Amino acid sequence: MAGTTFRDDIDLDAPKPARLKNWISDWGGIVVDGVSTVGDITLFAHRMFVWMFTRLPQRGTMMINFYQVGVLSLPVVALTGTFIGMVLAVQSHHQFHLIGLESRLGVVINTSLVRELGPVLAATMLAGRVGSAMAAVLGTMRVTEQIDALTTMGADPIHYLVVPRFMACIFLIPALTIMADFMGIVGGYFYCVIILGIDHAAYLQNSSDYVSGYDLFTGIFKSIFFGGIIAIVSCYRGFNCEPGAEGVGNAATAAFVMSFVLILSIDLVLNIILDAVYYSIWPSQPSFL
Amino acid sequence: MSNDTTDDTFDIPLVDARSVSVRFESQLILHEIDLRIPRGQTLAIIGESGCGKTVLMKTLVGLIRPHSGQVLFDGRDLVTMSPVELTRTRKRFGFVFQNAALFDSMSVFDNVAFPIRQHELADEDEIEARVMKNLAEVGLPAEVAKKRPAELSGGMRKRVGLARALILEPELVVYDEPTTGLDPIMSDVINELILATRRRYPVTSVVVTHDMRTARKVSNRVIMLYPRRRLEAGQSQVLFDGSPSGLDNADDRRVRQFVRGEAGERLSEMTRQKNTLTLSSATAIGCDHG
Repeated sequence: MAGTTFRDDIDLDAPKPARLKNWISDWGGIVVDGVSTVGDITLFAHRMFVWMFTRLPQRGTMMINFYQVGVLSLPVVALTGTFIGMVLAVQSHHQFHLIGLESRLGVVINTSLVRELGPVLAATMLAGRVGSAMAAVLGTMRVTEQIDALTTMGADPIHYLVVPRFMACIFLIPALTIMADFMGIVGGYFYCVIILGIDHAAYLQNSSDYVSGYDLFTGIFKSIFFGGIIAIVSCYRGFNCEPGAEGVGNAATAAFVMSFVLILSIDLVLNIILDAVYYSIWPSQPSFL
Repeated sequence: MSNDTTDDTFDIPLVDARSVSVRFESQLILHEIDLRIPRGQTLAIIGESGCGKTVLMKTLVGLIRPHSGQVLFDGRDLVTMSPVELTRTRKRFGFVFQNAALFDSMSVFDNVAFPIRQHELADEDEIEARVMKNLAEVGLPAEVAKKRPAELSGGMRKRVGLARALILEPELVVYDEPTTGLDPIMSDVINELILATRRRYPVTSVVVTHDMRTARKVSNRVIMLYPRRRLEAGQSQVLFDGSPSGLDNADDRRVRQFVRGEAGERLSEMTRQKNTLTLSSATAIGCDHG
């Protein structure tokens, strides 16, 4: 189906049974392609895990990737976090003002930040910054035969190129999420206390009373999975890049789109599981209202 | 396929491809190719673009897995080898890529040192000595070692690629279009470097090229591949297998045409295609108006 849409193959002048057959065959093709991609990614991830637990890459290779994923992403993640906190404050203030609960704004802002918006938006930002770059770099290496060159020199490309990127993502994306949470909390505090004039002590007291350690854990735990998804999907897309500039561009775009969709899907699944765990441990909780 | 053009001393083949077929999705690129490459031989694989010569070369070193057949390297089948064995065997290969395939993120020095570091075969002092020696052997000054591949000309990149391929003194060196995109002088420099390598130690080489000057100069055996889509049923894809001196007097007209660089029946094919296209356009316009 590559390069055409399933509708392109349909002969509209053909008799109805033939058209129906075309439709079924095209939809079948899409399903087969989808299942085959899932299978490929699973095998790719399996090879990566086998290498990760057999032999770690050299220190120099790891450090470059840690630097590129962690240090170079820090400013943009901090900025994103700050704005998320401030935007949440702007959005929530009017509603809370109407019912006279401005001092409880910190609870909403900080809970949303550490549980959901910090991890998800930081991961989305990193899927764009880090994931697309990984797909483009590995795609260019595929197109210019650098991946083949690695193989001919006895280096396994998955061990040499994918394992360091995966490790950088699963260790540093949670760290960057903590930074996004912190900057979001600072941003929210700044807007509520300095700009809107909400009482400083009440804001902090309410926040600390209702934002629990479990909320923070939930966000960071999810970000480990988001990091893994970004690394595996982006590296897979880079390794399977089509030739030419368009191929590299498509690989980068596909890496971002696929990572984004998977981040949101995994987020839903993890939220359901983590909530179930939470309510099984602490069955009843007071409302902040 | 015969290999009677080589010396009698080359009895045991280093590479032995048996009934190798390679398919990409539904397209059959190579069909039941048999090829024995004795030790010390320099084999040139020639043929027009798209005939499968690069695919054959990559299959010989285990980069492409054939869908049927065996590829024996020193008597061991690359197709059934475990990944660990394959990695160990690859120390015995050197591969010079068409566009050098140097790692952009590394300096020239690190590129050339990569195979030694990868296999942890020497300490840093020894690595430095070997890298500088190999760069000197391909005629590159010491200053080049610090540069990035992007700062080099095409000819320099090819020479760095050659230095990297030879750093472990492999038994088999494979050259993919070594002179493509180079000026005639630099092409000859590369040819001389291939010959110099052969003089320095008893290396077996496979050169994929459509540069007839390179094929004649560096090889002692030439095979010519032909695209499968142009063959009649039952015909072999290998149109020629012999010494370079036999190319001009080859029995097959297609070999002589290729060697002389003649378009031959391709011109009549193009004219036929053009006429068919014009006719179908005219019919379509006629239908619209009718």
